[in-house]
Amino acid sequence: MSLTRRATLLGLGAAMSLGGASLALAAAPGDRRFVVVLLRGGLDALGVLVPRGDPHLVPARQPLVPAGLLDLGGFWGLHPALSGLHRLFQAGDVLAVPALAGPDRSRSHFAAQDALECGAPGQGIAGGWLNRTALLLRAPALAVGGDVPLLLRGAAPVDSFFPAAPAHPPPDHYAPDYYMQVLALHGDDALTGPAMTKALAVRRFEGAVLAASAQAAGRGGFPALAAAAGRLLAAADGPRLAALELGGWDTHVRQEPRLVAALHPLDAGLTALHDALGAGWRQTVVLVVTEFGRTVRMNGAGGTDHGTATVALLLGGAVAGGRVAGDWPGLAPARLFEHRDLQPTGDVRALVKGALAAQFGLDGAALATIFPGSFDVAPLGGLLRV
Amino acid sequence: MDTRTALALARFGLGRCPAEEVPRDPVAWLAAQLDAPPPWDGPPMPTAAEGLRALRDDRAAQCAGLPGGAGRALLHRGADAATSALLGTAAPLRERLVWVWANHFTVSRRRPMLAPLVFPYVQEAIRPHATGRFADLLLAVVRHPAMLLYLDLALSVGPDSPAGQRRRRGLNENFARECLELHTVGRDAGYTQADVTEFAAALTGWSIDRDGAAPGFAFFPARHQPGEKTVMGRRVAEGEEGGVAFLRWLATHPATYRRLAARLAQHFIADEPPAGAVGHIAGVLAATGGDLAAAMRAVLAEPAAWQGAGKLRAPFDYAVAVLRALDLPPARRPSLLSVTGALGQPWLDAPLPDGWSDQAAAWNDGELLLRRADWAFAVAGRAEAVEPLDLAAATLGPLCDATTAGALRQAGSRREALALLFATPAFFRR
Repeated sequence: MSLTRRATLLGLGAAMSLGGASLALAAAPGDRRFVVVLLRGGLDALGVLVPRGDPHLVPARQPLVPAGLLDLGGFWGLHPALSGLHRLFQAGDVLAVPALAGPDRSRSHFAAQDALECGAPGQGIAGGWLNRTALLLRAPALAVGGDVPLLLRGAAPVDSFFPAAPAHPPPDHYAPDYYMQVLALHGDDALTGPAMTKALAVRRFEGAVLAASAQAAGRGGFPALAAAAGRLLAAADGPRLAALELGGWDTHVRQEPRLVAALHPLDAGLTALHDALGAGWRQTVVLVVTEFGRTVRMNGAGGTDHGTATVALLLGGAVAGGRVAGDWPGLAPARLFEHRDLQPTGDVRALVKGALAAQFGLDGAALATIFPGSFDVAPLGGLLRV
Repeated sequence: MDTRTALALARFGLGRCPAEEVPRDPVAWLAAQLDAPPPWDGPPMPTAAEGLRALRDDRAAQCAGLPGGAGRALLHRGADAATSALLGTAAPLRERLVWVWANHFTVSRRRPMLAPLVFPYVQEAIRPHATGRFADLLLAVVRHPAMLLYLDLALSVGPDSPAGQRRRRGLNENFARECLELHTVGRDAGYTQADVTEFAAALTGWSIDRDGAAPGFAFFPARHQPGEKTVMGRRVAEGEEGGVAFLRWLATHPATYRRLAARLAQHFIADEPPAGAVGHIAGVLAATGGDLAAAMRAVLAEPAAWQGAGKLRAPFDYAVAVLRALDLPPARRPSLLSVTGALGQPWLDAPLPDGWSDQAAAWNDGELLLRRADWAFAVAGRAEAVEPLDLAAATLGPLCDATTAGALRQAGSRREALALLFATPAFFRR
C-alpha cells in the first residue's frame, strides 16, 4: 500500500527499484502520521512549562518567571504566549514531560542536536532516527522548510518542501521544455540527477494539493510552513512522516522578550498544523523537542546559558494528554545537575521510542533498528489512548 | 584553456568573468594573490562605527515613533560594495578566502541588530587577515563589535567586578564556549565546563563603547572579573592582556591547526579530504606560526586539489559564479542579498554560529537545485548579446562536455541556452 502511495506521490512508479517481495514485507503506516518539530537553540523549559509550585523557582530566576501563567493544574503553569497550546492541553491532546535530556552532555548546540537527531551520542550512527523509521515503515517522509535536517537524512528517500519563491516563477510558460532539458543534462549525474528528478515530481504533487488553498503561497514563516505541512500530511497520498524546524531559542541575553518572539510563531504553527490536519489530527502524533535546556539561574545578562534537561511535548488527537507526566527532580540547589542545570529524570529517546511504538505498533526489534545501541533506554508506556 | 586553468578559475577562483584574462600559469597566478592584500578599489564600505551610530539613530527614531531605517540602508550599502568586490576582483582566490574565513567566524544578521555591522565586520576583521596570521585574525574578530554583539561577549560582566557588584550583573559564557568549540581547538580538545566558565571570566570587560563620534571596541576594567584564571590548565593573568595572551595560545594550538587545515582541505579538495593532505597543511601551519597564506600554498601543492569530480557549489558560490559569467552592468545586476536568500543560503544570515556547511550533503537537495534552475532562467533574461556557446567555452573550457554543448546548440532560444548553461552539472560544481 505505502509503496503504491509513494509511487503515486512521486510519479515515479516505473522507476522505483522495489520488487514485489519488499511490497509484501512493507509495514504500511496507513493513515498514521508522525511529525517532529525541532526547536533549535536550546529551549528554556523552566520559562515555558513553569513549575510555579516549586519553592526554589523564584529565588533562582524571578525576573524570568512570566506573569499571567496559563493554568495546567496547580503545580504547573504554561507561558501566556502559548494560548493555542493551552487550548489543546485542555482538550486532552497535549502531554508534557518536564525534565528529559538527550544522550549528549557537552552543552554544545551542535553535539547535542546531532545526538538528538541521530539518536545516539558521538558519531557512532550515521543518519537520523526519523529516516530509519521511514525506511522501516516504507513511509513517505517530508522535510519542511528547505533543507533536510540530520533527523531525516539517511538511506530512505526524503522530499523537501518550502513555498516557491514568488520572485522566480518556474519558467513553464515561456519554455515548456526547459526543465526536461535540465533534467536530461543531470540524468547521468549520480549526485544531482536523482535529487532533481524527484524534486520536480514533488513540485507537481504539491502544486496540485496546495493550489486549492488560499494560503498556498504562504510567504515563509513557521505558521505558514506548518499549515502547508498539515495540508500535505492530510492528503490521502501525502507524506506520513515530517520534520519542521524553528530557531530562536538560544536566549543568552534579555530572555523574556526573545522567548515571547519565538513562542508566538510556535504556538501559531502548532495551531495551524492542528487545523490543517482536520480529521487527520486523530491519527497524528506531533513531538516537540529541543537539544537541551538552560541554566536554572539567570545569567549576568538577563538570560540563561546552555543547560541539560528540558521539556518535551507530545501532541495529537490520540495522545493520552491533558497532563504533565514523568518525574520532576525539583529545583533545590543540591538537586541540580552539576550545580547549575535541571537534572534529567529520563532520556528523550524513551519518549520517542514509546510514541513510535504506540503509533506504528513497533516491537523491540524494530525500535532497536531505529535507535541502535540504546537497549537500556526503555520505551515509555501509556502515551496514546487506545 | 586546459583543465588545470579551468580548475584554477572555477575551484580556487570565483568562476571566470569573460573580461578576465586567462592566466598563463594558473598556479603562479593563484600564488601571487596570496602575497599582500591589494588596496580596496571597490565602492566605499560602511564602517562598524557608522553601523553603531546607525543603531543609535534607529533606536532614537523608534523612541520618537519615526520609521528609522539607517541600519537597513547600511546593510544594503555594504552588500553593494561587497558584491562589486566579488564580481570585479582581479584576485578571486584571495576574495574567496575572505568568505571562507568569514564563515569560519560566523556572525549573522539573524540577530537584527547586526544588520549594519556584518559587512563592516568582514571588511575590518576578516579581509586584512585572510592571508595573514590566524592569531591576528582571531584577535581582530574578538574585538569587532559584530562578534562582541553576536555571541554576547559585550554583555558579559565579571560578577565580582565593580560593575558586576553594583548592577548585579554576571558572566555570559556564549562566546567563550563557541570560541573553543568552533573558532579554535574544537570539542575534541577535552575542555570542561569549568574551562568555559573561566575563559568567559577572563574575557569580561571586552565590550563596546557605544558613545562618542567613533564608537567601537573598548576594554572596561570596571567590568573585568578580578584575579587570575585557569583555563585548560593554563594560568590566565588578570586584565585585558591575559585574555590576549590566552587567545594567542588558543590560536596556535595544534588542535586549532588541525581544524583550520581540515576546513581549507574540505573547501578546496573534497567533502572528505584525504587525511594526508590535512596533515600536510596542519604541519605547514605549525611550522609557520599559523600563516594562512602558507597554508593556502600548501593546499595548492596538494595533487588531490587538482583532481576529483569537483565540489558542489554552495548557493552563494553559485550565484557569484553566474553573475561573474554574465558580467551585467551594475544597474541590471540582481541583488546578491536577495538571490542568495532565494537559493537557500541568505548572505551573512546563517542560522547558527557554526555557519554554512561546506559539504554537498547540505546543498544537494532537489528543490534547492531546482531553484538554481529557476533563477538561471530568470537571470538569463537580463543578458544582452551573449553567445551561449562562447560563454560556455570562456567559463567552463574543457569542463563543458559534448552533451552540454549539444543541448545548448539545440535550445529553443538564446535565453534558454544561457539558462541551460548555468543549470548544467558542470556549472553547479567548481
